[in-house]
Amino acid sequence: MNKIYPLGDSAIVLEFGQEISEETHQLIHTVCLFLDEYSFEGFIEYVPAFTTVTIFYDPLVSDYQATESLLQEMLEEIAETGAEEDTAVTVEIPVLYGGPDLSFVAAHAGLTEEEVINLHTSGEYLVHMIGFAPGFPYLGGLNEKIAVPRKQTPRNSVPAGSVGIAGQQTGIYSIETPGGWQIIGQTPLDLFDAEREQPSLLRAGNKVRFVAIDALEFQMLKGEVDGY
Amino acid sequence: MGIKIIKAGLQTTVQDLGRTGYRKDGIIVSGAMDTLALQIGNLLLGNEMGEAGLECTLPGPKILFETAQLVALTGGDMSPLVDGLTVKMWRPVYVKKGSVLSFGAAVQGCRTYLTVFGGFKLHAVLGSYSTFLKAGFGGYKGQALKNEDTLSFNRIYKGTEKLFNWSLDLKLYPELDGEMIRVLKGPEYHLFTEQSLALLEEEKYQITNDADRMGYRLQGAALRMTEAKEMLSSAVCFGTVQVTPDGSAIILMADHQTTGGYPRVLQVITADLTRLAQMKSGQQIRFRLVTLAEARAALLLREKQIKQLKQAITFKYI
Repeated sequence: MNKIYPLGDSAIVLEFGQEISEETHQLIHTVCLFLDEYSFEGFIEYVPAFTTVTIFYDPLVSDYQATESLLQEMLEEIAETGAEEDTAVTVEIPVLYGGPDLSFVAAHAGLTEEEVINLHTSGEYLVHMIGFAPGFPYLGGLNEKIAVPRKQTPRNSVPAGSVGIAGQQTGIYSIETPGGWQIIGQTPLDLFDAEREQPSLLRAGNKVRFVAIDALEFQMLKGEVDGY
Repeated sequence: MGIKIIKAGLQTTVQDLGRTGYRKDGIIVSGAMDTLALQIGNLLLGNEMGEAGLECTLPGPKILFETAQLVALTGGDMSPLVDGLTVKMWRPVYVKKGSVLSFGAAVQGCRTYLTVFGGFKLHAVLGSYSTFLKAGFGGYKGQALKNEDTLSFNRIYKGTEKLFNWSLDLKLYPELDGEMIRVLKGPEYHLFTEQSLALLEEEKYQITNDADRMGYRLQGAALRMTEAKEMLSSAVCFGTVQVTPDGSAIILMADHQTTGGYPRVLQVITADLTRLAQMKSGQQIRFRLVTLAEARAALLLREKQIKQLKQAITFKYI
């Protein structure tokens, strides 16, 4: 059941249920595409999340009622025309596996490290949202066999590019930050670069695949990324 | 041609009205904690309202003017001095070459904004000059200003050192001494117990020492939900009051993350963010629920007053 409610005096939330699902995600993605195409007076920006899209508007230009009815109309139109076809872009993320917590993850899952890597690279993941830090993707689709809890004590600093697991989620640290995810590898790609035309490498709605690389490939790719 | 930081103070950062359009990429808005003070400072100098200025946090910095410049000091009153002499806030001030701006005791508020004629010469990142401290970009090298840092001016005030002895009717800037903060119900308001919701309105909440540009942790009566519920992360914004599992409240401020997973019990109205931004650790807050219509009316009134002020000042600069 859809719900619409305010978040303060300058934002409005569209909520599509309480459960994470591909269907909900597709609907959210469609709303975002619609807003990219048809902005409205006072519209500022939107933030997609697992089951919601929050739309920020300028309260000096528009009020809540007017914004709500505009969005209602948009939802009706989407309901008529249906959600967008699945045209998700798949992004391959090369990973040098062997992070500090790979052995812990393997032991916890009762698998060998190689089996953990195989399960991690065989999945296709969906970027549900970008949050927590610039360019940080919340990825759904982790194989339950390698779902392990977060670290009891978070690390004070996790380097950018670290690939980790936390419960049912897997993700990639986009900037150096404190964090409690179990680190199983490192990507040479920059998930976030403020000076790039698209600062965040990933977008909500993208699909992600992890590809195992060796140390030499890592060095080469890292060199390309850093512009040597 | 510009300024040099002699002493950095607690936290002095370059801020404008923030970076919009990138929240979906996890890029926070940042921007001045007290946007109204920054806007008025720019208006006083005939600048664009959103020009970047320095947000000086108590205890403030010590700044050398290597070039003479017309400046304005707005926001919280931290007893600003130029060469040791008290200098008036809320009006253009001509600072001579070689003069030093410093701050004394806090009289009211805890953040003073230094705006300069024509603004500072900086490199915009994603359309804004605001400093994003955690990600290390924007503003001045993505950092808070340090001793010996130098900032250049875009332009220098070429007028004579004529007296800017006009004062303004500044009724649009709120009194900072009140403890009442107006709020709206947050999306998860109804998930809290009746008793907790009653406490929220009756009790005072104190700002703890854990208070910075990211958020203010509050101390006060614990807030309980009717049933423990795991939330899925969703967008939050400046002024969102979240409740952590131990029942304590945090108010998210200008440098908050784009999304959060804690229940959002209240939302501070935009018009009261100025007063909230000027509150210090140890101060008490009393929440008062208002309607969306009241929240918007307060904002529209403020906008009208800003327009009047803008007109009055344009006249001064002709």
